[in-house]
Amino acid sequence: MRSNQIRYLTQRIAKGLIWLAAFLTIAIMFLILFQILSEGIPVLNIRFFIDSPKSMGREGGIFSTIIGTLALTALAVLVATPLGVGTAIFLREYTKESRISRIIRFGTDCLAGVPSIIFGLFGFVFFVIYLNMGWSILAGGLTLTAMILPTIICTAEEAIKSIPPSYREVSYSLGGTKWQTVIHAIIPNALPGIITGVILGIGRSIGETAAIILTAGSSLVMPTSLFSPIRTMAVHFYILAREGISMEMAYGTGAVLILLVLLINTVANVLLNRYIRKRV
Amino acid sequence: MSEGDKIIINNFSAYYDTTQVLKEINLVIRSKEIFAIFGPARSGKTTLLKSINRLTDLIPGVTCSGKIYLDGINIYDPKQNITQLRRKVGMVFDLPTPLPLSVFDNVAYGPKLNGIRQKSRLMEIVERSLRSAVLWEEVKDRLHDSALRLSGGQQQRLCIARVLALEPEVLMLDEPCSGLDPISTASIEETLLKLKEELTILLVPHNVQQASRVADRTAFFLNGELIEVGTAYQIFTSPKDKRTEDYITGRFG
Repeated sequence: MRSNQIRYLTQRIAKGLIWLAAFLTIAIMFLILFQILSEGIPVLNIRFFIDSPKSMGREGGIFSTIIGTLALTALAVLVATPLGVGTAIFLREYTKESRISRIIRFGTDCLAGVPSIIFGLFGFVFFVIYLNMGWSILAGGLTLTAMILPTIICTAEEAIKSIPPSYREVSYSLGGTKWQTVIHAIIPNALPGIITGVILGIGRSIGETAAIILTAGSSLVMPTSLFSPIRTMAVHFYILAREGISMEMAYGTGAVLILLVLLINTVANVLLNRYIRKRV
Repeated sequence: MSEGDKIIINNFSAYYDTTQVLKEINLVIRSKEIFAIFGPARSGKTTLLKSINRLTDLIPGVTCSGKIYLDGINIYDPKQNITQLRRKVGMVFDLPTPLPLSVFDNVAYGPKLNGIRQKSRLMEIVERSLRSAVLWEEVKDRLHDSALRLSGGQQQRLCIARVLALEPEVLMLDEPCSGLDPISTASIEETLLKLKEELTILLVPHNVQQASRVADRTAFFLNGELIEVGTAYQIFTSPKDKRTEDYITGRFG
């Protein structure tokens, strides 16, 4: 009887704590969104998107920083996705559990935990100075590539691991070669997981600041090639707020950043759901 | 080797790491017969099937010795083209394994890997295969629906059609009816009897009754050993070995 009461009480407390945890998380998230968007959205108008910054960003828009963000992120994702997915396929399909695969896995796990400023320092020394790329989209994009690779490898590997072994067996039993099996049976079924990793990578790239200042600079001039220095929105936000140039413009930039991330996530989700629905 | 011998298994042993799961098997399977391999769980039946199209190559830790001849050619010869072998010796697994693709794409999977791209040619193959697997009438209006929406029995016949699309010479089925109801089972058995006219069938039945219903000849396996082989009629009416008799009459297993 008594133990029943205790059990009932424990149950109530556990339920309360879990609700509290969920509520707090959601509350914090909405508070941040509300704070940035309520201050930032009033600043937004069409000119804010299409005009280039004037007088250090105190006036004008943020067009060149939007281009900077998109260019860096696109470059990072375009390089990191094939590399990362390729590595994951190598680890899962082309090699048995061995010393090499353990070293690769250990390496990626370590890289995943390294603070981004360290990547920035590496990018600065290696790409900017040693390879003489200067502060540029190329140097910044490759630095971001190194930064998001571990995430992409890890999620792609998990996705490949969770594919039922029967798919592989069926493909081989129908006379598929290893490559055909990878192309037709593995990648299509791992795609949702791979995309998740890419989106995480995009999120990290868009939000990165420190490593980008070190490798892509913070120029407000409109970039003309891969070797142009650029400023991303996150860097712009940081400089505007940090140097007290204009909190108003900083909030506007922040709002655009948040909206961009929401947009990318929504589009990816819609495409992914359509893809999954077609297959099941 | 005589005229009608399709597969000759010669002193074949297989090991999972150090455990021997097949013990010096000698067996001949004739062309265009239904040959049933039965026995209790863990007697090596599945390993034997997977050895015949070298799917065992994919299982880490499996090694083997001895020879298996298909049409007189040793498939364990290092020069053997494994993908060619697997196209000739098709396999259907114990649980339906449709790929998450449409009905059409499931059947066309093998031919596409083979390099057939032409839509009309693929359509021909898909229709012929689905007809041979006695599934065409049920799915002809939903070829582009996901195969995962078919019933279990339909999925298993789809898997048979998918193998038939490669025009194999040997069809191996590993307890193809284990997850199916009696009606689906009957339609698959009917399919097999029809297919026998065209190709050689190796069947691991999910029970003794199935073996007696469809098999021409049959072999009883126990703990990796081939105990007895003969016509289905002889084995099921007058087994020579005491262990076979005990198993058939349900004394163990």
